[in-house]
Amino acid sequence: MDIGGINPVILIATLMASAVPILMAALGETVVERSGVLNLGVEGMMVVGALGGFVIAVATGSPVLGFVGGAVAGALLSLIFALLTQVFLANQVATGLALTMFGLGVSSLGGQGYNGIKPPPTGQLLPDALADLPVVGPILFGHDWMVYFSILMTAILWWVLKTTRLGLIIRAVGESHEAAHALGYKVNRIRLMCIAFGGAMAGMGGAYISLVRVPQWVDGITAGAGWIALAIVVFASWKPWRVLIGAYLFGGITVLQLNLQVAGSAIPVEYLSMAPYLITIIVLVIMSAGKRGKANGAPAALGQNFHASR
Amino acid sequence: MLRLEKRPTPSRFWLYATPPVAVILTMIVGGILFALMGKNPFEVIRTIFWDPIFGEFAFYLRGQLLVKAGPLILIAIGLALGFRAGIWNIGAEGQYIMGAIVGASVGLAVFPTDNRLIFPVMVVAGAFGGWAWAMIPAILKTRFNTNEILVSLMLVYVAETILAKASTGFLKNPEGMGFPGSRNFSSFPAAQNSFLYEPLGLHWGGVAALVTGILAYILLTRHQAGFQIRLAGQAPRAARFHGVNPARLVVMCMGISGALAGMAGLFEVTGPAGQISIDFNSGYGFTAIIVAFLGRLNPLGIVLAGFLMALTYVGGEMASTNLGLPDAAIQVFQGMLLFFLLAVDVLTNYRFRLSVGGAVKGAK
Amino acid sequence: MKRRNLLASAAIGLGLALSGSAFAEGMDHVKACFVYVGPIGDGGWTFQHHQGAMSLTEAYGDKVEIQFQENVPEGADAERVLTQMALGGCNIIFTTSFGYMDATNAVAAKFPDVKFEHATGFKRDSANVSNYNARFYEGRAVEGLIAGRMTTSNKIGYIGSFPIPEVIMGINSYYLNAKKVNPNVELSIVWAFTWFDPAKEADAAKALIDQGVDVIASHTDSTAVLAEAAKTENVIGFGQASDMAEYTDGPRVSSIIDNWGPYYVERVGALLDGTYEQADIWAGIAGGEVKIGDISARVPAEVKAEAEALRDAIGAGTVHPFTGPINKQDGSAWLADGATAPDGDLLGMMFYVEGITGDIPQ
Repeated sequence: MDIGGINPVILIATLMASAVPILMAALGETVVERSGVLNLGVEGMMVVGALGGFVIAVATGSPVLGFVGGAVAGALLSLIFALLTQVFLANQVATGLALTMFGLGVSSLGGQGYNGIKPPPTGQLLPDALADLPVVGPILFGHDWMVYFSILMTAILWWVLKTTRLGLIIRAVGESHEAAHALGYKVNRIRLMCIAFGGAMAGMGGAYISLVRVPQWVDGITAGAGWIALAIVVFASWKPWRVLIGAYLFGGITVLQLNLQVAGSAIPVEYLSMAPYLITIIVLVIMSAGKRGKANGAPAALGQNFHASR
Repeated sequence: MLRLEKRPTPSRFWLYATPPVAVILTMIVGGILFALMGKNPFEVIRTIFWDPIFGEFAFYLRGQLLVKAGPLILIAIGLALGFRAGIWNIGAEGQYIMGAIVGASVGLAVFPTDNRLIFPVMVVAGAFGGWAWAMIPAILKTRFNTNEILVSLMLVYVAETILAKASTGFLKNPEGMGFPGSRNFSSFPAAQNSFLYEPLGLHWGGVAALVTGILAYILLTRHQAGFQIRLAGQAPRAARFHGVNPARLVVMCMGISGALAGMAGLFEVTGPAGQISIDFNSGYGFTAIIVAFLGRLNPLGIVLAGFLMALTYVGGEMASTNLGLPDAAIQVFQGMLLFFLLAVDVLTNYRFRLSVGGAVKGAK
Repeated sequence: MKRRNLLASAAIGLGLALSGSAFAEGMDHVKACFVYVGPIGDGGWTFQHHQGAMSLTEAYGDKVEIQFQENVPEGADAERVLTQMALGGCNIIFTTSFGYMDATNAVAAKFPDVKFEHATGFKRDSANVSNYNARFYEGRAVEGLIAGRMTTSNKIGYIGSFPIPEVIMGINSYYLNAKKVNPNVELSIVWAFTWFDPAKEADAAKALIDQGVDVIASHTDSTAVLAEAAKTENVIGFGQASDMAEYTDGPRVSSIIDNWGPYYVERVGALLDGTYEQADIWAGIAGGEVKIGDISARVPAEVKAEAEALRDAIGAGTVHPFTGPINKQDGSAWLADGATAPDGDLLGMMFYVEGITGDIPQ
């Protein structure tokens, strides 16, 4: 069953869990960008969500409430971004970067006193009888509920964006805010809600790090995951299922390079460490080279603010 | 109901008035935060904004403002050119690293030769390193239409890995007892970027930053290329009719910003930082993006924004050391300052109007 | 301890005339300043230095004033922070990361009346710079013994940060002492190429566990490794930098604690009473800088006794973790039978010992 000293079943099961934070954050950002908003503050929202989730989970003893807390914390922070970009029409790139700086500071300030505490555990969802099945057990049944939730969210977002009226409105706003406005849609209000949704998803992703992956609160716990989530959105050409593939690929390469090291592979590790980034670039080139002239499916109004001149 | 209305022309008054208004708002809200943390808000704010320029140790700290602002300004000006043309290079951090590595490698290869030409050659090599790193996203963009935001960002992580390898491997100081990090340029005078005038913190990087600011201003306002940049950003289709070649513009803007970031890295590694180490990059490439926008993508504005940013760093450190504020509080304060600057900026191009229901109507 | 006593007695022997006159008289009040590379809330390296700093207040009360600066990037910013501190009246400044070495020496040259103490470095360009470091490899030896005794799969693991002598000597010490008690032991090494990235550290631990490793030591800063180990039965690990006692009922069987307090108290005390001297101190278990955290009930009593005996023997100086015969990985001889490793070899150690597989990334 092992390939080059690595068991692929365990590898897949591992990468599914390790991809949850970036998957959640990237799904949220996909909706935000589909509505024509570029929020580079994902890292800030994730780290605030990581703290919010941790604090609530410790206070209530319930990890599920913790994830709710993470979502609320991420959404609250994203509302600052929404206020600045949708009401005060500030530049989105600069505001997003400032949001990351602010979020890291706020979380570090608010997290004082939470070092060295263990949060309530989040366990496997399904019974061992299923999880212990060969091959399919670890991959399909051995996870905690957030892993399934993240996949469910992928499906829901795909369905909403592709087939529902809500999805149509979001896409219309992102493609041409002028036209959407002319049709009577409140462009900035729709974008504000998308931003808050993105913040909530990033916050839950962050909470997964502090409640499940690590589980502990330390300053700067997200360590750059938000930036990777941003990359995955573009990699996925703003399509939910591709976001899932991108997150798994990214999580997969990280896990694989660590596993190859343990297995004693002769491949020099420093090249493995940069492999995820290089492969992302290569995949991106292949994908965009396939459709020359089209802008990779990017929302046409991405990054532009809208003001309804009257 | 309060609503925004676009001004026919940008307000000159608010153009100059928004930064002070933002700073005052930040002082008020930040002061409340500091008071809640049990510190004297007036003391903290004086330490951040006043002491570095006029306080007891201003003789030293004034110079440090330029040391800190120099690389930010140099990088931000290059980025601003691209941003104006709608070309989003957010990987300046990687170009900064690669400039430092390439430039330092050239210098260290001839250690310890003493020759006047070594430093200028290193500067060129540093600019080349940054330029080459920026050419990757530029060429992928022009050849394959690959998104430059993503590629330039990914290359930051690749550059960080190369940096780790450089400081533990090929640039490691042979006399460093196996510890990571290159030789220190303070022991290599021919390759050192020492202070030209220490009380002002002026080294070649500062000179380059200020000169680039002026040159970029002239380029944007007086030169054909500057016109093309502005046109491409404001009206891409019109630009095409005017014979602007988008591919050439991408290569040019990415190239300039990469080269400037690379130079900034080289000046930093040979001067204030002194050596290549694992954590040599300290986020200048990302902070410069904020500086570019704070300066409204205008080279002269960027120079001012760079100094303001440097002031919050230097003053923030003072407040943190002397008054026992956690570093995180300073980060929050900086974030608030940026938020307020970005928010009140709206007044330059818009005004608030009080309107009743749908009474205000008219031409679009 | 021996080395420190030597220095102290040398100071007494030569008389205080040699030391700067200002310090021979002692001081009523000392302002002690600390430069940290991370946030205090990192739960590891910086946290432990801050604990050490806090113990100054405990020891001297009002006589010592403490200032510190978190998150100081190594390089240009460090030089500015140090200068500000020196200008601001700090009497002694502790710079707590290797990367501050050149900045420390540069600023020290400009402020001959201020004492500078640089952790984990080796450069002392002026008389007011001292170095201090801890022999963490002594703790690794104890961990190695426990690992060799406790493993049932005979596979033990080590998560490294960067391939530098500090980390490599820890790996070698861990392996040699595991091998000594369990000749069948195999060591797997994963390089994370980061000091601090909790999620990646957890992934690295998971990779080791997936390959059948059941004892993990780590040289990265967060608790993620133990948290990951807690998810699998029969996997154990060690606290790193701080005790990480919250995992005692889980996988943590012992720990290496960076205990800087005694050193800080001693140095500031010397400044107060006028006996301060330039020094280069590399203390370990003996000096109290390296503490072995409580060995948990998961470890059988006889193994625990054996580990504690090794700890005490290292502390007493009767056992050196690197005692020959030891060959290098390529089979060439390093230490002859009975010889112990000279400090210089350790500080520049860039090779694995015989028996470890894989290459050091270069």
